[in-house]
Amino acid sequence: MVLMDAPLVLGIETSCDETGIGIVRGRTLLSNTIASSMDEHARYGGVVPEVAARAHLEALQPSIDAALAEAGVALADLDAVAVTSGPGLAGALMVGVGAAKGLAVALDKPLYAVNHLVGHIAADILDAEAGELEYPTVALLVSGGHTSLLLVRDLTSDVELLGETMDDAAGEAFDKVARLLTLPYPGGPEIDRAAATGDPTAIRFPRGLSRASDMASHRYDFSFSGLKTAVARWVEQHEATGEPVPVADVAASFREAVVDVLVTKALDACARYGVPRLLLGGGVIANKRLRDVALERAAAAGVSVRIPPLRLCTDNGAMIAALAAELIASGRRPSTLAFGADSTLPVTEIQVAEDPDAEAPAP
Amino acid sequence: MILGIDTSLGTAVAAITRDGEVLADEQSANPLGHAEVIGDLLRRVSSAAPAPTHVAVGMGPGPFTGLRVGIATARVFALGKGVPVVPVPSHDGIALGVLLADALTGTETGRFAVVTDARRREFAFSVYDGLDDDGLPVRLSDAALSPRDGLDARLDEAGARRYDATSVSAAMIALAAARALDAGRTLADGEPLYLRSPDVVAAHAPKRVS
Ligand SMILES: [Zn+2]
Repeated sequence: MVLMDAPLVLGIETSCDETGIGIVRGRTLLSNTIASSMDEHARYGGVVPEVAARAHLEALQPSIDAALAEAGVALADLDAVAVTSGPGLAGALMVGVGAAKGLAVALDKPLYAVNHLVGHIAADILDAEAGELEYPTVALLVSGGHTSLLLVRDLTSDVELLGETMDDAAGEAFDKVARLLTLPYPGGPEIDRAAATGDPTAIRFPRGLSRASDMASHRYDFSFSGLKTAVARWVEQHEATGEPVPVADVAASFREAVVDVLVTKALDACARYGVPRLLLGGGVIANKRLRDVALERAAAAGVSVRIPPLRLCTDNGAMIAALAAELIASGRRPSTLAFGADSTLPVTEIQVAEDPDAEAPAP
Repeated sequence: MILGIDTSLGTAVAAITRDGEVLADEQSANPLGHAEVIGDLLRRVSSAAPAPTHVAVGMGPGPFTGLRVGIATARVFALGKGVPVVPVPSHDGIALGVLLADALTGTETGRFAVVTDARRREFAFSVYDGLDDDGLPVRLSDAALSPRDGLDARLDEAGARRYDATSVSAAMIALAAARALDAGRTLADGEPLYLRSPDVVAAHAPKRVS
């Protein structure tokens, strides 16, 4: 029987290129162990699903061992196991799902299959300094795999998708534009470095889905492929003149276009829904310009901003464990063993395959 | 007890005693859905047998995505139970089943090749010839890939009869592991038998857009 109060949960996250094993006791973080295959993807200019899945299989066992050692707990101490069911790369997710089922059956412990995107929000509650997460809040999740704007009324029961990217994720756009500028992968930090000395107003690149005509059906959706093409065209036309490409100005102007559209739409959602709170999550939040612009413009709009510690913003298992701990605390039953990987799991499915016949956690 | 898992073709989980008695044997013939079914199969088998001393797992060859599910489950289940993993080439399990079935009916098996679908118009095959003194199949050639058109000619050359398999018995994976343990032998290293590199090309120069 799982006790609701501060359950000890091990979370497994394998939706993209990070093998994340996290251990939490309720809202207390005990370990956040991450093995990344990013270096293996560098020569391909982006995450290769088969390379990521192979790396997960190799990293799982050592990562679990490392997480247990760091947390100072034994497997037998665990109250529950949690795993990302989706969204993400199907073959990568399946490695984690298999592992989680193997662990839950071996230990005879309940298993919670949860939503990766909602996990990004749950990362915030592990921040001991931040104080209670207030509802409702708008959440902007930006990474190499997703760009989503959510309205969170309750972490465990009510998350609504306001909008998401129609094509590339913001992080992907950074990678692709970095390649155009012959900068290495991953593109985010490289664009940042290049942009440091550039003028963000030098070139006015388009803001996707931001015209008045887009407001009816795509007010909170994002599109970055047009922006990428605009950068490519600008660079080609400039090269044709024989002049060197002003990489710093292009990088700064591109980054400004991405940041502007992200922050504008997020604050528009805050205003329209009357929610003076914005939560940022996902690996691209590591981008300092994005954080600075969000903080500055949110302050002007009277919106308070929460940003989890950056090591909890990138994909990790601690946020998956944290979400499961909250589900347990709210009395949710564990998942059946019959769920699979769902690469397009909607954000409204916070927990997958809750078992109506299972024992509920004890108060 | 030795628990066996194989997801190189379908999904199979079984438990046997160290001397080979089958305690539980569960499988799903569905060539997909490994991640969905493996938990329930594992729970049923695990609860029908005493605590395992080893977890034997089929290392392929087989379609990568499904194959990995079984290996991930086996490794972490073994970690949870605090017992070692014994990797077994999946074709060894199939070959052992063929040889034991023939021995039971007094049929002379002769040299044969276990053949499984490797997708992309290729087969994976391994050549075997009889059982050795440890009761394990004698593997003459490790798993390799062949174009579908060219396989029969290769097997003729090797003098091996063709045995097409569409499932793997997890009990046979566990039995091969038990016999290997008795003999102090290792049948496979810990790596999946992918036989193919990830299907990717290095990044090329960006395409022109104007
Ligand atoms: Zn993510």
